[in-house]
Amino acid sequence: MTTKMFGAKVPRVEDQRFLRGQGRYVDDLLTDDPRLLHSAVLRSPHAHARIVDIDVSDVLDVEGVLAVWTWDDLTGPMAEPLPLLIPHPTLTHGRTQYALAKDEVNYVGEAIAFVVAVDRYVAEDAVSRIRVDYEFLPPVVGIAAARAATAAVHDDVPDNVAARMEQENGDARAAIASAPHTLALDLDVERSACTPMEGRGTVARWDPDTSRLTVWSSTQTSTGVRGCVAAKLGLDLAKVDVITPDVGGGFGVKINHPWPEELLVPLAAMTLGRPVKFTEDRREHFISSAHERAQQHHVEVGFDDDGRVLGLNVEFWHDHGAYTPYGLIVPIITSTQLLGPYKPQNYRVVFESLYTNTVIVTPYRGAGRPQGCFVMERTMDAIAAYLGKDRTEIRSTNFIQPDEFPYEHGLVFQDGRELTYDSGDYPASLAKLKKLVGWDEFEDFRAEMAAQGRRVGIGLACYVEGTGVGPYEGAHVHIETSGKVKVATGLTTQGQGHQTAFAQIVADTLGVRFEDVEITTGDTRKMPYAVGTFASRAAVMSGSAIHLAALRTKEKALRIAAEALEASEEDLEIADGVVSVRGTDASIDLGTVAVLSNPLRYAFDEASKAATQFSVGDPSKPPVAEDDEPGLEGTDFYSPPRSTFANGMHAVVVETDPDTAEIRILTYAVVHDCGHLINPMIVEGQIHGGVAQGVGGALYERMAYDESGQLLNASFMDFLMPYVTEVPTSIAIDHLETPSPLNPLGIKGAGEAGVIPSAAVFAAAIEDAEGFPITSMPISPSELFELRLAHADEPHPLPEEIR
Amino acid sequence: MTTEQLHDVRLHVNGSVHEVQVPARRLLSDALRHDCGLTGTHVGCEHGVCGACTVLVDGTPMRSCLMLAVSAVDAEITTVEGLTEDDGSAQGRLSPVQQAFSDCHGLQCGFCTPGFLTTITAGLRETPNPTEDEAREMIAGNLCRCTGYQNIVKSVLRASQIQAERGEA
Amino acid sequence: MKPAPFAFLRPSTLEEALAALAGEQGAKVLAGGQSLVPLLSMRLAAPSMLVDINALPDLGHVRVAEDGVRVGALARHAEVLASAEAAQAQPLLGMALSHVAHPTIRNRGTTVGSIVHADAAAEMPMVLRLLEGSVDVASVRGRRTVPAAELFAGPLESTLAHDEIAVEAFFPGLAPGAGVAFQEIARRHGDYALVGVAARVETDGDTVTRAGLGFVSVSDVPTVVDVTDALDDPAGKALGELDPADDIHATAAYRAHLVKVLAPRVLAAATDHARSRAGEATHP
Repeated sequence: MTTKMFGAKVPRVEDQRFLRGQGRYVDDLLTDDPRLLHSAVLRSPHAHARIVDIDVSDVLDVEGVLAVWTWDDLTGPMAEPLPLLIPHPTLTHGRTQYALAKDEVNYVGEAIAFVVAVDRYVAEDAVSRIRVDYEFLPPVVGIAAARAATAAVHDDVPDNVAARMEQENGDARAAIASAPHTLALDLDVERSACTPMEGRGTVARWDPDTSRLTVWSSTQTSTGVRGCVAAKLGLDLAKVDVITPDVGGGFGVKINHPWPEELLVPLAAMTLGRPVKFTEDRREHFISSAHERAQQHHVEVGFDDDGRVLGLNVEFWHDHGAYTPYGLIVPIITSTQLLGPYKPQNYRVVFESLYTNTVIVTPYRGAGRPQGCFVMERTMDAIAAYLGKDRTEIRSTNFIQPDEFPYEHGLVFQDGRELTYDSGDYPASLAKLKKLVGWDEFEDFRAEMAAQGRRVGIGLACYVEGTGVGPYEGAHVHIETSGKVKVATGLTTQGQGHQTAFAQIVADTLGVRFEDVEITTGDTRKMPYAVGTFASRAAVMSGSAIHLAALRTKEKALRIAAEALEASEEDLEIADGVVSVRGTDASIDLGTVAVLSNPLRYAFDEASKAATQFSVGDPSKPPVAEDDEPGLEGTDFYSPPRSTFANGMHAVVVETDPDTAEIRILTYAVVHDCGHLINPMIVEGQIHGGVAQGVGGALYERMAYDESGQLLNASFMDFLMPYVTEVPTSIAIDHLETPSPLNPLGIKGAGEAGVIPSAAVFAAAIEDAEGFPITSMPISPSELFELRLAHADEPHPLPEEIR
Repeated sequence: MTTEQLHDVRLHVNGSVHEVQVPARRLLSDALRHDCGLTGTHVGCEHGVCGACTVLVDGTPMRSCLMLAVSAVDAEITTVEGLTEDDGSAQGRLSPVQQAFSDCHGLQCGFCTPGFLTTITAGLRETPNPTEDEAREMIAGNLCRCTGYQNIVKSVLRASQIQAERGEA
Repeated sequence: MKPAPFAFLRPSTLEEALAALAGEQGAKVLAGGQSLVPLLSMRLAAPSMLVDINALPDLGHVRVAEDGVRVGALARHAEVLASAEAAQAQPLLGMALSHVAHPTIRNRGTTVGSIVHADAAAEMPMVLRLLEGSVDVASVRGRRTVPAAELFAGPLESTLAHDEIAVEAFFPGLAPGAGVAFQEIARRHGDYALVGVAARVETDGDTVTRAGLGFVSVSDVPTVVDVTDALDDPAGKALGELDPADDIHATAAYRAHLVKVLAPRVLAAATDHARSRAGEATHP
C-alpha cells in the first residue's frame, strides 16, 4: 500500500540541485556560449525632466560595444508605450512608460538608453559615456505633494489623479450619522518593496534555422511575457517560446511585465543575431523595478455599545508611482480585503490613485491587503479602547459567523467577481490564537515585567485573504512508456516548492510513485495556456488543474487496462504505478498501458512491439476510436467561479526599551487557515518567510525618498531587510482547516498570509506598550522616541487600565 | 579607447586549477561564475551585505563580490559546488550541511543558499556543537528573503548532528 | 555594478608598493577591500591603479608587548579579535571589534585599513583616538609615526598623503587601574551604529583620575571628549562637542538622546572594569 502523499511533509526534489549549486537562474544561462552578449541601461538620474538631447557618440568608440539604442531607434509597436495590463473603467488616466524614454523621464531609474556589449563591465563603461541634456521639471514626491498638485507628473493628468473609485454596500454615511458612537482615524503606511535576493533578468536567443525566439526571464508569468514579446516584436505567438528558469524569489515584483529589458533583450538578439542577456544589479532593482505599500487613509466608523460596527467609511490615497502598468489591482484589493473577517452592514470605500515622480507601484506580497488589514484592525483596536473593552471581544462581536457562509459582501473583488467568502471559522481561529499567545494571562505578565522596570505590549490582527483568483490554470499529464509521469503546468515557480507539492498531488491522484513524477512549470512550450503565479493562487489553480488532468489520465489508463486485463474498470486499482485487478494477481504497469495507448506500425524497442498492429487491437474497429486520441495523456483546466478565502490571525508580544526606544519581539503567534495542506512543511516555510518579511515591513523597511525624488536608500546597506537576529526566535503556529468548497482538493492559498497583518499587529502591540496611538507604519526606535516626546504631556496609562 | 589589459590568473577552486584571463577589475564572484563556469555562487547585491556570494578562501568565509580575481591567486577557494562529497556517483553525496538543509526545509528559492552553506560549513568546523544562539550568530551575516530563517537555524543544528553521525566532527 | 577599469599591481616587496604609489597620482592601496571594493563597484571611486598589498611579507602580525598591541597592515579584524593576548593587553579592541560588521567581513577587512579609511561611523578609528594610539606610515620618503589625534582630517579623509601606506597601528595597552567599556546601538545586528560610545577610565584607589569617551556616528570625524571634570554629566559635556545629524535612520534629537543614555552607562561600566582590574591586581 502506498503512503498518502497529500498532506505529508515530503522533502523537496528541487533541493537536490539547489544545494549542489546546480540551480539554473537566469544569469547562469548560456554562460559558456562565447557568442553571448550582455547589456546595461542608462537610467534617469532625475525624477522629472524633459530630455533635450542624447549624445551617444562617445559610446561608439568603446571597444566591445555592439549597439546603443534610444527611443529614436525603436520602430512599430516597440516605439509605443508599454501595455496597460489590467484596464479598469475608473482608470481614466492610466499611463505607461515607453521601453526607452521618449522626450520625458518621470522617475529616477527610468530607462533612457540600452547598450549591448561583450560583457557587463564594458556595457557599463559605455553607459557612463552617454551624455544627456535635461530640462528639469518640478518633481512630485509623496502623497501630500501629489494631492496638493502644485506640480503635475503628467501634463495631461489633472491633479495627478490616475483613477477615482468608489464602492459601497448599504449607506455608510447615514449609518455613521445615526450610530451611538463614532470615531475618526488617519492611518498611514509607507512605501516599501519586495526585494527578492535575485533581481530581474532576461536572456534571449533567436534561432534563424527554425525562426524561433527563445526567451528566458526571471518572471512570475511566462505566458504574459510571451504575449507581450510577440506583440511588441511583431512575431507570431507560435514563434516565441518563454521559459521561466529557476527564480530567486519574486514576492510580486516579477509579475509586472513586460519590463523594458524583457523587450529590448529579444529585440537585440534578433537584430544582432547573437544571444543577449540582461541581469540587473541591486541598485537597478531598487530604482527600476517596482515598489508598493504607500497609502494614506481616513476612516470614519460608527458603532454601538457592544462595539459592533454599524457603518464604515474609508477614504484613501494610493501612491502609484510614475506609471500604472498593473492597473488598480493594489488599491482595489485594499478596498475589498479591508473588510477582513467582519460584516459591517454599511461600508463605503473611496480611493484616489495618484501619480508621483517615483518608481512604479505594482503588487508586493499582500498587494494592498496589508494596508487594508492595518486600517481595519487599528479601527477595531480604537473601538475597543474607546469602549474600554477587550480587543478580542470587539473582534468576536463583529465576526462573520461559521453558519453565515457563503457570505456576500455586496462588492466587486479584484477578479471582477462578487466578493463572496466561501468558508472559514473565525471564532475558532481566535480561540486558538488567544490560547497560543496567552492572551488572557497577559495582564499578569505585564505587571510582572513592570515590576522589573520593563515595558511590554500585546497586539493582535485578523485578516482574510482572497486566494486562487482566476481566470484559470491548466495542466498536462503524460504517462510515458517508461512509466514516468511528466506533468506540465504553465504558471511559474519562485521557491514555493511546486515541483514537490504538485508531484504529491499526482502521486495520490494517479496512484504512482512520487519519485516517478516530474513537474515542469513556466514553460510555454509545454503548457502554453496559463496566467501566472500571484495572489497565492498556484496551489489552488494549478493544484486543482493537475488533479483534474491526472484524473482524466487515470480514467483513460483504467479503460485501456481494463481491456488489456479483460476486467471491469470498477475492479481495478492503481498503486505504485501498477494497475491491478483487486484481489487477484492480474496486473499491468502504467508504462505498458502507455505503450498500448498508442497503436504503432513500427516498433522502436522491445516494449513497443506489444503495440504494433499484429500484436494488439480489434481488427474490426478503428485502432484509434472516434472520440479518442493516441497516448496516455490528460489535459484539464481549473477555472473557479470566484476566489477562495483563506484567513489568519497573528498576535505579538513586544518589549519597548524605556530609554533607547528599541523594540524587541518576545512572542509571535500565528493561527492560519488555508484549507487542506498539500505539504505542511512548505506551508509552514511560507508562514515563516511571510512573518519575517512582515517584521521587516513593520520595523525596518521603507523607501526613503527626498523631495527631489532621489531614493536615498537604494542599497542593502540602507534598506534594512531583517537578518536572523531581527526575526522572532521562534514562531508559534497553529492551524485550522476549513476546506474550500470551490475546488476538488479543498485547498486555499498560503503564500501571502505571513505578511498581511504585520503592520497592524506591531502597531497594536507597540501602542499597547506605550499608551499612545500608533497610526503610521513602519516605525523605528527613532520614530518611537519622537512620538514619546510628542505625547509627553499626556498621562501615561497605569498598568491596571484596560487598553 | 585602449584595450583593457588582461591578467593571467590562476585560480584554485574546489581542488582544480582554472587558468583564466581577466581584467584587474573582474570581481572574484564574476570570475567564478563566468570565467570558471561555476555558477553556484550567486550575486545578490555586490556591496557585501547579503552574503549570497560567500565562498571559502583557504577555508575562511569571505564575500567574493568584495574581492578581485587577481587578488585571489594564492588561495584555495571552495564554492558550494565543492561542498558536495565525492562518493563515486555522478551526483556526489550531500555534505552534512547540505543534507541538513534538505532535511529541515532550510531553503525555498535557493538563491541565498550557497552563501549560507559555505558560511555554515566553516562555522561548524570552528564550533562543531553550537547552541541555538551560536547557530544564530553563525548565520547572522547572511540575508534570506524566503525562509524567515527559522528552518536555517534548525539546519545548522541538524548539520552538527549529521556531522557527528558521520564521524566527521 | 562593476568597477571602472584600473591598472593593477600586486608587488611582493614594500619598496615596490611604495614606488608604484609614488609614481601614480591616481593610485590607491588595496588591503582588505571591504570598504574600497563596493566604492569601486558603485563607481563612487575610480582610481587609475590599485596596488594590492596582500602579498607583502611581515605585515600580518598582531604583536603584544609591554606597552600595548601592534597590529600590522594585513592583520584581519578576525585575527585581532581572536588574539587572546591582545584582548588581555587592551580589552577595548575586542569589545569594539565584535561590533564591526559581520564575521565574514571581519575575515578579510583589516583593522589598519579601517582606521585609515577614517569613517566616523566606524569603531576602530575612534578606538585608536580614545586610546591615544598611533599609526606607522611608510613612503618613498621614509617612515613616520602619526598620533591618532593628527590622523583624521575630515569625513572619510585621513591626513596620509596619497603615496603613503599605513604599515602598523599601535594601540596602547590598558594600564593597571584603568578600565574600558563599549556599547553601541544599531538598527540591525552588525549594522553601522546609530550611536556608539567607548570609555576609558583611569582610577587611583576609589577616585577616577581621568575619563575619556569616544563616539561613533555622532560627528564627522572620530571624536573623543575628556569628561574627567564632568563625571556626573558626561553626556552634557560630550554633546557640547558633538554634532549628531539627521539621516534616514534616526533624527539628530534621537542620536543626542542615545548619547545621554549610553554615556553614563559606558562610563560606569568602564569604572567598574577599572575597579575590578585593580581588585584583581591586589587580590590575584
